[in-house]
Amino acid sequence: MDETTDTETRASKRPPMAFYFVQFLTGLASAASLFLVASGLSIIFGVTRIVNFAHGAFYMLGAYVAFTLTERFSGALGFWGGIVVAALVVAVVGVIVEMVLLRRIYHAPELFQLLATFGLTLMVEDLVVLIWGPDDLLGRRAPGFKGAVDFFGQNIPTYDLFLIAISPIVLGGLWLLFQRTRWGVLVRAATQDRDMVAALGVNQKWLFTSVFALGVFLAALGGALQIPRDAVHHALDLRIIVDVFVVVVIGGLGSIIGAFVAAVLVSELNAFGILIFPKISIILVFLVMAVVLIVRPWGLFGKPEAAARRTPGLTVNPWRPLTTNERWLAMAGLAVAAMLPLFAGNYALTVGSEIAIFVIFAASLHFLMSVGGLASFGHAAYFGLGAYGVAFLAKMAGLPMIVSLLVGPLLGLVGAAIFGFFAVQLSGVYFAMLTLAFAQIVWSIAFQWVTVTGGDNGILGVWPEKWAAGPASFYWLSLGVAAIAVAILRVIVFSPFGFALRATRDSLLRSEAIGIDGKRVQWTAFVIAGTVAGFAGSLFAYLKGSVFPDSLGISLSVDALVMVLLGGVETVSGAVVGAIVFKALNIWLVSQTDLSKLVLGGFVVLIVVAFPKGIVGVLETIRNRRKSSSSESSSKSSLATSRIETAE
Amino acid sequence: MRRSYLLGAGLAIAVTGMANAAMAQSGEIKIGEINSYSLLPAFTEPYRKGWQLAVEEVNAAGGINGKKLVVVSKDDGGKPADATTAANELVSSENVAMLTGTFLSNIGLAVSDFANQKKVFFLAAEPLTDAITWSKGNRYTFRLRPSNYMQAAMLVEEAAKLPAKRWATIAPNYEYGQSAVAVFKKLMSEKRPDIVWVDEQWPPQGKIDAGPVVQAVAAANPEAILNVTFGADLVKLVREGNTRGLFKNRSVVSFLTGEPEYLDPLKDETPEGWIVTGYPWYDIKTPDHDKFLKAYQAKFNDYPRLGSIVGYQTIKAAAAILAKANSTDPEKLIAATEGLSMPSPFGEITFRKIDHQSTLGAYVGKTALKDGKGVMVNSVYRKGTDYLPSDAEVEKLRPKD
Repeated sequence: MDETTDTETRASKRPPMAFYFVQFLTGLASAASLFLVASGLSIIFGVTRIVNFAHGAFYMLGAYVAFTLTERFSGALGFWGGIVVAALVVAVVGVIVEMVLLRRIYHAPELFQLLATFGLTLMVEDLVVLIWGPDDLLGRRAPGFKGAVDFFGQNIPTYDLFLIAISPIVLGGLWLLFQRTRWGVLVRAATQDRDMVAALGVNQKWLFTSVFALGVFLAALGGALQIPRDAVHHALDLRIIVDVFVVVVIGGLGSIIGAFVAAVLVSELNAFGILIFPKISIILVFLVMAVVLIVRPWGLFGKPEAAARRTPGLTVNPWRPLTTNERWLAMAGLAVAAMLPLFAGNYALTVGSEIAIFVIFAASLHFLMSVGGLASFGHAAYFGLGAYGVAFLAKMAGLPMIVSLLVGPLLGLVGAAIFGFFAVQLSGVYFAMLTLAFAQIVWSIAFQWVTVTGGDNGILGVWPEKWAAGPASFYWLSLGVAAIAVAILRVIVFSPFGFALRATRDSLLRSEAIGIDGKRVQWTAFVIAGTVAGFAGSLFAYLKGSVFPDSLGISLSVDALVMVLLGGVETVSGAVVGAIVFKALNIWLVSQTDLSKLVLGGFVVLIVVAFPKGIVGVLETIRNRRKSSSSESSSKSSLATSRIETAE
Repeated sequence: MRRSYLLGAGLAIAVTGMANAAMAQSGEIKIGEINSYSLLPAFTEPYRKGWQLAVEEVNAAGGINGKKLVVVSKDDGGKPADATTAANELVSSENVAMLTGTFLSNIGLAVSDFANQKKVFFLAAEPLTDAITWSKGNRYTFRLRPSNYMQAAMLVEEAAKLPAKRWATIAPNYEYGQSAVAVFKKLMSEKRPDIVWVDEQWPPQGKIDAGPVVQAVAAANPEAILNVTFGADLVKLVREGNTRGLFKNRSVVSFLTGEPEYLDPLKDETPEGWIVTGYPWYDIKTPDHDKFLKAYQAKFNDYPRLGSIVGYQTIKAAAAILAKANSTDPEKLIAATEGLSMPSPFGEITFRKIDHQSTLGAYVGKTALKDGKGVMVNSVYRKGTDYLPSDAEVEKLRPKD
């Protein structure tokens, strides 16, 4: 061996052709589990329009239940029977969830179901640890599929061959089910136009339940089939859920074939990508999704979404600015909050600062989501960019705090301007997923570019200057910025620009007909929201004294979504309340119990059931019911409901 | 209107929740402990048991100079920002004398920077990153576990004896994996200039697609492999590697794999002959360890993991520091800790003055299968002292206080 460098070695030792073929097969095997889970998600979304965040949790439950069953019953029958029974058991759990929880909230604003399934996911993560213990569990190998076959000197695991076979079988089975049965016809009809199906007298309740059961069954089967190759543990759900969403979107929502093609595409690109760029796995799916969505806005096999018809039976209160009395009340509330340092300790003040920062962050997302009808799944990108902007300015350029605070968020602005330009070309879930892809790309840059960002070890020592270092001063600073940000956003909502933005949200066509440049308005809104989020992030950097990539991460984006939904997506001040409730509760629970996810998840689920329009939404409804007769509100309600669909 | 009103109300609720913070009662010394209990239960449960045992022992022996030792423990959920919040609560509301704990490197660094800023003593238990004592080290932070560099140096000592010249690496794509590979490569190439690195794989942490990774490494045809993955990733890698024959006739050197946390889940699929660092609790026959093992098994009816040792020794060390300083003043705690020696289940350890690293070592051995379970055999304890760079080098690595 006389190679001296990596490149020479690689060049001189080119692997045989058989290697590429085996690598291709390996990619196909990896695609199998992705496809099973993705097809389930796609079916559920197509019919019920639920963005089922809990799909990963069902996948994980499938793996856990299959582990228990296959450990108890040995032999081939025990193993394969255990896999199928596990999927069935979890499907039953899914049915219960659908009947008890989701049925109550089909008529809630779109995406509200996301909140419910998010709460469930949190609960399941803690529950599996309580039931199955904290250790990683190693399942049995599949009887008859333990070894590998030799292919020109390359080993192909027989279980991989089994997995490669199973996805076309499932695909074919689903195709037959949808094309050849009456149930399948109904499902396809509902995917195209569920209101029409309901109008034709189909029992929607059972259709939805059965579709949900099938989707969950597929997810659980996907999880159960992983036990011969994987370890079963409590983070399985998060590992798969985002990838699966991406696969569904690349393939086109509601398209099973699309999910299959996308799963294969992503897995193969990964299998061959790592040969050239070994670090590509971390970002690959998001790159593919970003490219696909920019080129094909509805995914590979998706169709443009039909104009949504408004959900019947909704009454929404039209928005209005605060009255003079309410303004005074708001000022009084602010004054009370500002007096907190008089009686609270340092820790409470720091928590208060954090809550105020998240009020800014949630309000910025709310502006985009409720006012603009553009639900971003990657809003943390601009929060994090603001934080990194401050860290760069303060640590590397050594600028004073005030300058950093004012200039740092501009990084969020720049990011929002670039990504927003592409994102606003899309709408609905596709918009959401493209924003997610951009956020993940930014995240991976922060994560990988160690020399500049410090990688996941972050940037340390971003502490406030003396004048703001005390907990009380920093609290006042955060509270002040929060009050200004919320006030400015409110002013914009009721400005001509705000009305134009709401017009594009309610009907893009009609608004363009009266001369509003819809895309430009939405883009501007995106930039405003991103900049405000950047301000939140820059304060956050000083509050924590350090910046890490997870301030750009998915979980922070999801937190923001949850805050807005919790407060009430249809209201003007919901985000503020949602942020306070969620953040205060979260901090308190994390401090009080190791099972904070279980309790928080349970709380979110309860809120969803008790307040199907969010906290503020329900409060407003109650107040309006008391205040006004029905005649006045009904005339306005028709106008207001139409935006529910577009708020997706 | 409602928003600001509720802002106030919400804050008020938050305050009442948190203001019940106990004032430091006389006759008690509090330690604030932070770890990723909800994110990494497989590691942190044994860790918690370890420190609970230590607290019991310390108090049974009369506490700290007559005062009762109390540990207030918080979860960080695996997020650096939440860890800072928890640290703040422990310091501001609970009035703890010092902070301890943390598992993930970035959380350890976040808390260490917090400690530096707020002038609080911090004893990092687990984070392995070299930065915490070197490039980003500060006078308030000490670290118990052997660092990335030390474990790499221990493994390199064995790896350099192998005849293998063609090496491939598989490591999780984040700071821990990157710096483990970097240090290993550097030290290895110093000892063996004849080595070539033929492939490197960087699967995302927790999300390895093991089939293609194994296949890609096999295609580069290395004679030896360095593995840095652990946990569920390791399980997937080992299973695919076994099926595809990746480890056949190849030497494997692997970080942490001998720790029960990571070895036990492999059960009968444990690959044999890997050179690993770890904790063969069943094989350590020293009086110090026997005493610990007996007490642990008696209290919990379970065997210890490495996390148990780390948790146990963290609180034991904290108690020793507090006893010697006889004060909770951070400056006195630092002065007490620098150069402090104490017994541990692995033998005597010392907190170095030069970089605040403890000299706790690790066991290096080979994996083997015994009764369908993975074990470490031929294990030798490597003292931390022998695997640290010279003082002159350390001084270059660490910023001046």
